[in-house]
Formats: sequence, structure tokens, C-alpha cells
Amino acid sequence: MNAITQPINPAKLVARQQVALQDADWVRWSLIVIAVSFISLFICLPLGLVIFQAFSKGVVAYWSALSQADTLAAINLTLLTALVTVPLNTVFGVAAAWAITRFDFKGKSLLTTLIDLPFSVSPVISGLIFVLLFGAEGWFGEWLMAHDVKIIFAVPGIILATLFITFPFVARQLIPLMQEMGTQEEEAALSLGAGGWKTFWAVTVPNIKWALLYGVLLCNARAMGEFGAVSVVSGHIRGLTNTLPLHVEVNYNDYNIVGAFASASILAALAVVTLILKSALEWKQGNR
Amino acid sequence: MSQRSIMPGFRPSLGFTVIYLSLVVLIPLSTLVFKSFELNWHDYVGIITNKRVLSSFRVSFSTALVAALIASFFGFITAWVLVRYSFIGKRFFHALIDFPFALPTAVAGIVLATIFQPSGFLGKLLIDTLGVQVAFKPLGIVMALIFISIPFVVRTVEPVLLEFESNMEEAASSLGATRLQVFCKIIFPNVFPALLTGFALAFARGVGEYGSVIFIAGNIPYISEIVPLLIVTKLEQYDEVGATAIALTMLVISFVLLLLINVLQLWVRKRSGQL
Repeated sequence: MNAITQPINPAKLVARQQVALQDADWVRWSLIVIAVSFISLFICLPLGLVIFQAFSKGVVAYWSALSQADTLAAINLTLLTALVTVPLNTVFGVAAAWAITRFDFKGKSLLTTLIDLPFSVSPVISGLIFVLLFGAEGWFGEWLMAHDVKIIFAVPGIILATLFITFPFVARQLIPLMQEMGTQEEEAALSLGAGGWKTFWAVTVPNIKWALLYGVLLCNARAMGEFGAVSVVSGHIRGLTNTLPLHVEVNYNDYNIVGAFASASILAALAVVTLILKSALEWKQGNR
Repeated sequence: MSQRSIMPGFRPSLGFTVIYLSLVVLIPLSTLVFKSFELNWHDYVGIITNKRVLSSFRVSFSTALVAALIASFFGFITAWVLVRYSFIGKRFFHALIDFPFALPTAVAGIVLATIFQPSGFLGKLLIDTLGVQVAFKPLGIVMALIFISIPFVVRTVEPVLLEFESNMEEAASSLGATRLQVFCKIIFPNVFPALLTGFALAFARGVGEYGSVIFIAGNIPYISEIVPLLIVTKLEQYDEVGATAIALTMLVISFVLLLLINVLQLWVRKRSGQL
């Protein structure tokens, strides 16, 4: 996971070619053909198909599928989930990176490992643990029932599961960067009399802003697109607890192909926008 | 960096980190362990050795292994081509590599199912020409897992290939090594640990993957039913204890396998003198 979230500056790719030792033409071309076919088959084809299927019954059918009340409710719920989880995990990411990279304390490497934990847990298990906590049979099940609070099969459960799934993104992005940055600039500001918050906003934030945005971007993409964990806690109640990815599933299982792919096209567009912004941020970070 | 540093905010930042980590991650995860205490050993073995459960473990781990191997092979070639050669549209392909990572898994699931189903674009082609059916078979699961594995392999190998010093290559070839020798003896051993990491990440992700698999798999018990789906099925039958037993077993097996891969990696690094 870490490898994926590490930005690569595309400019480096260009520079690298100049020093490359030449392979024979036939080797080069056959490898290029293999790689391009592989990527076309597994990536370009699926991307093309989303767009093709969404518009297969025409623009009117596409638009009416999107403007249904259930679809709009799913879009709203997806936005709400991201709006709650992304800021919380961003604040956590900054605090964790600050504590881990600016101080020495016992158990630091354990803490760093624990932060990564949600990445190595299956999405379905991430949902299951919240059912075990808040479900009817769960630890707090009876108490919640007595006080008429619904978490599982309701919006709070969806938010909690998403919070768990997207937990490491921002912290993972900031920790290596702030480690590498060192503390000299901040120490200089502090010794010249700047306060803690002032140092943070005026020295730290400008240095980490691109990496921070990069982490927020990945966190947001996952928060809006998470399926497995949310599917376990949501209960699939139309118009109430279906996020957009769940709405895609429900429509697909009902053989409403245009509806499924219309909703899917919004998520695919989100993925494409995420990729474009990601490339742009990689340029920014590379040129820093 | 020491505790005597003039940096402010140690207590609040660490305090918040630990509390938030406990509330969001540690306490929820610990339920898995506590719930399993409700089971005695006999019942646990009974759940896990159920034929349907064992089949799902076999399906999940074997498809994840095959998919990670295939993705590692083609992912390595893709990373190589992206780093070393220039061709038209290269930057576009470079940006596309992350698409499976950015695309929500449910979308990937219905798209792959549509392509590979018997009436689908590639599904029909494969049945007509080779007589191979992909959808609703373990092969379909492998296809879905290759899709989600690509970025893990390519993105792990790419930086290592980028940083690789060409002077070692130059020295070897000036001493008379052929291109193949240079690749096998100089380049590949240096990149192998990274490839292993990519493989491990892809495998771990593949074992737990749910959204992109369930649509193409057809979920036929004993044939194409994966472990995560079985957990969901148990939960839908309100069998939380059964779901927990299976989930915990899957987590433990995954962690042990990852640990083994880490040990293997350490051994490879030592042998190739990178440590």
C-alpha cells in the first residue's frame, strides 16, 4: 500500500531513458507490445465499457437513471460520508505525523505499525468488527436498543466503517515526508520567538501541503468508493443506507443495467478526476 | 529529535493519536478476538473444517496466489517498459496504472463481469475460440484479482528500476556480458526484493478482496465462493460467531504468509548484499 501512495515524478521517467543501455529492437518492441496490450486489456477496456454501457440506451435513459430519487439519495449519502470521514482522518494524520516525526518516545515503531493495520484487514472484516460492536448481538447492542440509537444498518455505521478503511491514508503520506524534512526550520522559527501554532501554520504546513493534499485525495477516493466494509454494515435500504457503490450493486442485481452503469459512471468519473489531480500533484511534488 | 526538544505539542498530538487510534481501529478490531472466546476449540474446529468453508479458503488463497503471480510477471514488464523505453502515449499509460486503485471495487466488479460473462465482449470470444469460460469460475476471480493487483506490482517495482544505477550495467557490458547476462545477474537480483514486496501486497489484497470479485465469481459453493463472501453469508444468517471464526482464521493465515514473505525478502536482500 505504501508503494502505491508514494508519488513518482513523471519527469524522472524522461530523464531515465537517456542513460538506458539499449536493448535490441525486437526485445524493446515486443516488451512494449506486451505491456501496452496488458494495460489496454485490463485497464482501458473496463474504462471504455463503463461509458459505453451507461449510454447504451441513450442519453435520456442515462439522465433519468441518474435523476431518480434513490440515486440522488445515494449520491448525498456518499458525499456526507466523505465529508465526515476525510476531515477527521486528515486531522488525525497530521497529529500522528507530528507526534511520530517530531518526538522520540517508547513504542513509536509499534504505533507506526498499528496505524497501517486497516490496510491489511479485508474490507468485509472491517465491516464485521462494527457489527460485533454495535449489532443487535454486539457489545453495545442492548444498550443501543434500549436507547433507540441505530448504528448498524444506519448512517453512523457506514461512517464508522469508512473511517476505519480510510484511516491510514493521510498519516502514511505525511510520516515519511516529515521524517525526511527534519526539524531545523521549525526549530529556527521557535527559537526566533514564534509560537507553536504559528510555527505549524507558517513553517510546517507550507512544506507539507502537496503531500497533505495527495493524502486527502486518496483518502477521499476510497471514502466515496468503499464497498465491502460499507456493504456489511449498511443493510442495503434503498434511499436510506445505500451509498453510490451499493446503489450500483443493487441495480446490477436487479438487472437494471443502465441504472447500474449510470451510477458507476459517476464513480468512474471520480476515479478519473482523482488520477488527473494525482498526476498534477506528482508534478508539483517533483518540482519542489 | 529528543524529548528535550523545544518542539511544542508532544502531549496533545500523541494523546489525540493514541485515543483516536484506539477508538477507530484497536477497540473495534479487538472484538474479533473477544468474540472468538465465546467458542470452544471443538466448535471452532467444527466451523473451520466444514467442507464449504475449506473450499472457500482453497478458492480464495489459490486464486489470489495465481493472480499475484501473473500480475507480478506482467507488472514487471510494464514497469520495465515505462521506466526504460519511450513510446507514444507513455505518459498516458503511466497515469492509467493507478486506475484500478482509484476505481471503486463495485464498479470494477460489474465491468469485469460484463466483459467476461458468456455473452460479453471477451467472454464470448474466449468461449468461441478457446472454449474457455471465465465468468462464474475460479478463472473469473483470477481475472478480477489481476485487475486490482496491477498498481501494487508496477508501483513497487518502478521506483527501484528508476533508482537503479546504470554504471553497474555499463561495467558489466564493457567487461563483455551479454544483455541477457546483465539482466539476469545484475538487474533482476537488484529488483527482485521490490518485486517480492509487490507480489506480497497484491496477494494480501487479493485474499481479502470482495467488491471486484463477487459479480464475476458467480459465488457457487465449493467452486467459486470466496472467504469474504462466506463471512457476509454467515452474517446474513445472524451467525456472528461463525463469521468471526472464519474472519479470524483468514486474518491469521494472511499475517503468517506476509511474515514468511518478509523473512524471505530479508534472506534475498542479505544474499544479494543489499543489507
